Amino acid sequence: MSVDQTAPQAAPRTVKARRTVAQNVWRTLKKAPYSAWFGMIVIAIYIFVAFFAPWIAPYGEAEVVSQQPFELWSWTHWFGTDQLGRDMLTRLLFGARNTIGIALATTLLAFAIGGGLGIMASIFRGWVDQLLSRAVDTLMAIPLLIFALILLSIFGSSVRNLIIIIAVLDSTRVYRLSRSVAMNVVVMDYVEAAKLRGEGLVWIMFREVLPNIMPTMVAEFGLRFCFVFLTISALSFLGLGIQPPTADWGSMVRENATLITYGDITPLLPAGAIALLTVAVNFVVDWFLHKTSGLRDEK
Amino acid sequence: MKSEAKKSDAKRTKGEVLLEIKDLKISGQSDDVWHEIVKGVGLTLKRGEVLGLIGESGAGKSTIGLAAMGFARPGCRITGGSIIFDGKDLRKASEEERRALRGSRIAYVAQSAAASFNPAHRIIDQTVETAIGHDVLDRGKAEANAKDLYTRLKLPNPNSIGSRYPHQVSGGQLQRAMTAMAMSCRPDLIIFDEPTTALDVTTQVDVLAAMRDIVEQFNTAAIYITHDLAVVAQMAHRIMVLRYGKLIEEAPTREMLKSPKEAYTKTLWAVRSLAMPERTGKDVVLRVHDVDATYGGVIKVLENVTVQVPRGRTVAVVGESGSGKSTLARAITGLLPPRKGEVYFNGKPLPRALKDRDKDTLRRIQMIYQSADTALNPRQRVRDVIGRPLEFYLGLKGQERDRKVVELLEQIELSEDLIDRLPGELSGGQKQRICIARALSVNPELIICDEVTSALDQIVAEEILKLLLRLQKELKVSYLYITHDLATVRAIADEIVVMYQGRVVQQGLKTEVLSPPHPPYTELLLSSVPEMDPDWLTRLLEKREAKGKVAAKA
Repeated sequence: MSVDQTAPQAAPRTVKARRTVAQNVWRTLKKAPYSAWFGMIVIAIYIFVAFFAPWIAPYGEAEVVSQQPFELWSWTHWFGTDQLGRDMLTRLLFGARNTIGIALATTLLAFAIGGGLGIMASIFRGWVDQLLSRAVDTLMAIPLLIFALILLSIFGSSVRNLIIIIAVLDSTRVYRLSRSVAMNVVVMDYVEAAKLRGEGLVWIMFREVLPNIMPTMVAEFGLRFCFVFLTISALSFLGLGIQPPTADWGSMVRENATLITYGDITPLLPAGAIALLTVAVNFVVDWFLHKTSGLRDEK
Repeated sequence: MKSEAKKSDAKRTKGEVLLEIKDLKISGQSDDVWHEIVKGVGLTLKRGEVLGLIGESGAGKSTIGLAAMGFARPGCRITGGSIIFDGKDLRKASEEERRALRGSRIAYVAQSAAASFNPAHRIIDQTVETAIGHDVLDRGKAEANAKDLYTRLKLPNPNSIGSRYPHQVSGGQLQRAMTAMAMSCRPDLIIFDEPTTALDVTTQVDVLAAMRDIVEQFNTAAIYITHDLAVVAQMAHRIMVLRYGKLIEEAPTREMLKSPKEAYTKTLWAVRSLAMPERTGKDVVLRVHDVDATYGGVIKVLENVTVQVPRGRTVAVVGESGSGKSTLARAITGLLPPRKGEVYFNGKPLPRALKDRDKDTLRRIQMIYQSADTALNPRQRVRDVIGRPLEFYLGLKGQERDRKVVELLEQIELSEDLIDRLPGELSGGQKQRICIARALSVNPELIICDEVTSALDQIVAEEILKLLLRLQKELKVSYLYITHDLATVRAIADEIVVMYQGRVVQQGLKTEVLSPPHPPYTELLLSSVPEMDPDWLTRLLEKREAKGKVAAKA
């Protein structure tokens, strides 16, 4: 072949990208608005706490440290104790670990199921799409919380069941989104080119379609995470979520709710923790959506 | 009609100055850096005069066209100079004043009429909107006026066409309806921004004739922006050649065509002269035999199509949009399995459906698409785009693969520095080259080229065609070249297949098909290709009219 005549014998120099990834990230971050910065810092603190709870917390997660339940705020127990005499601050810190961890696992699973099926439906179309979409419609017709309550009381509320049930129910929303975004991508010539090349489904899904719908999916991930987080907290509050003695913000609100009647704001702390994280995630997602949707202020 | 046209021709050149742009500078923002995209261009336009702006993409034609309305696209800003329209400086005027001018005194006709009309409203409602909005006419008068304009623009059924929705009329009719919309307030100046680029040659003739007539009838000044010289030669009195935001040359049309002065202008002129003698070939690589194809089992898009491609040769498939050219490609590649007939490749019948074909068969037939923008995954770097087929078919990995990618880049005359770029960081021509490299990388025997140069401007298109020819010579690859552009066909084809409404009308060697006598459709197609002669359109219309009269008498 004539290519060989023109071909250089030397190996190609590796050509550097004009900016490294780190530089690009920093450039983007520098332009982030204050709300996004606030959100990112709050999330970073939560993640830090979630990771290092056993080292930061003054006591053990389920350790009964006081003979007296509902102790008031003091230097030994900053936020007092709960109904069993466990240290409130410790429970809050461990709560971050449990609630965030479980919510994250659930959201990831929901995206794996919903996103995978959604992209598949958009590639196959026809009866696969019809079958999946109608199944999703059916699931979505039933109110999420009630459906989750029914399933949890049938299968029992272990952490594993909780994650699977909420992930499946939540994946319906992810399915709808990923299917509709992927629909716009699969009609592109490059997807056709990949099909003509004889590429398999996995390549088309993960290499051709997924990178192009990633920004939308990442933004949705943030929002879904908030909803999952709220759902789990709500379930825990209703007593069917994360089971004691595992510390969890939702059940902490319920267990200490009576204190409100005495003018003690302690039960508002876990509630506030939930609210703050939700707000922070939303700030970051908003900014990210704004950036990736290509909506510039001028346009 | 003709003498009338001549009279108005004389009148309009004597007109007073309507628009004067001096030392216009416009900057555009990309990647947070401001670049000057128009670098001090001046132009003067008299009443009734048509000025042609030509140049390759990125020359700043459209930007100047919009600036004539005092408008800068988002991401652009006018940084210097003055735009004086009828004594008023549009740069100093308030947004309110400018808005009052736009639509009523300065109108704009965009490239894609289909994208510019609101699909939810009837055509007539959109035609009269500006006139009513500017309080020029009341509704009844505006509608009567619109119908009058439809008649003048030679739209079929001018009294009822307005009650249709945009998707119910053809692209050429829609483009004329948009001209009617622009004309509804009888503006002093119309800006045509590539109004016929998206149309077939056969449709283009009607639209050009209609636009030229109406501009003449109302003595409207116009700026006609295009990259097609032959088109601008029919429309403009004077031509300005732009490049990189600067004026290269300016002269009256005839003078410019006869004796271009600048070297760059000469290269523009030379583009259409690329021609290659045809070659014959006995060894058939692809034979499509008596193929029928349908969409959804109902709509027949191909009927009894038989086409042969000799090895190492180029067969051009020509026809207007909807003639089944691209469907033929889909039938060959197996994306749309034929209902009837066979596709033979190297003498053996190909499995009909894509999924039944083995890897090696797939490797031998590659495809290059019309729009490199959609044919390249925006998230894959050049290295992966070209490297993937190497990895997939030939099992090359790592360094070995990268070395081959660099070889291919050299073969398509691109620098290896581009290897880590994303498609968004390449120019249109570079992107199309990458697509060619991707197709070539695995040594195919047949490449199906679907309108690969129609989205590119002439100079870039010419380079791509030269590249394709060179590669054919070196690698003995065969092309099935789908196009509606006959200039391209003249340049590269050995054989021509003319398609119309899903059937093959004529096929044969290039010289046979291009020389008379032609079947009627081939005749229409051939005569519609604009020529670099300012009188071409006039003569063509006269000839068709005469023929029509003869036919009517008979």
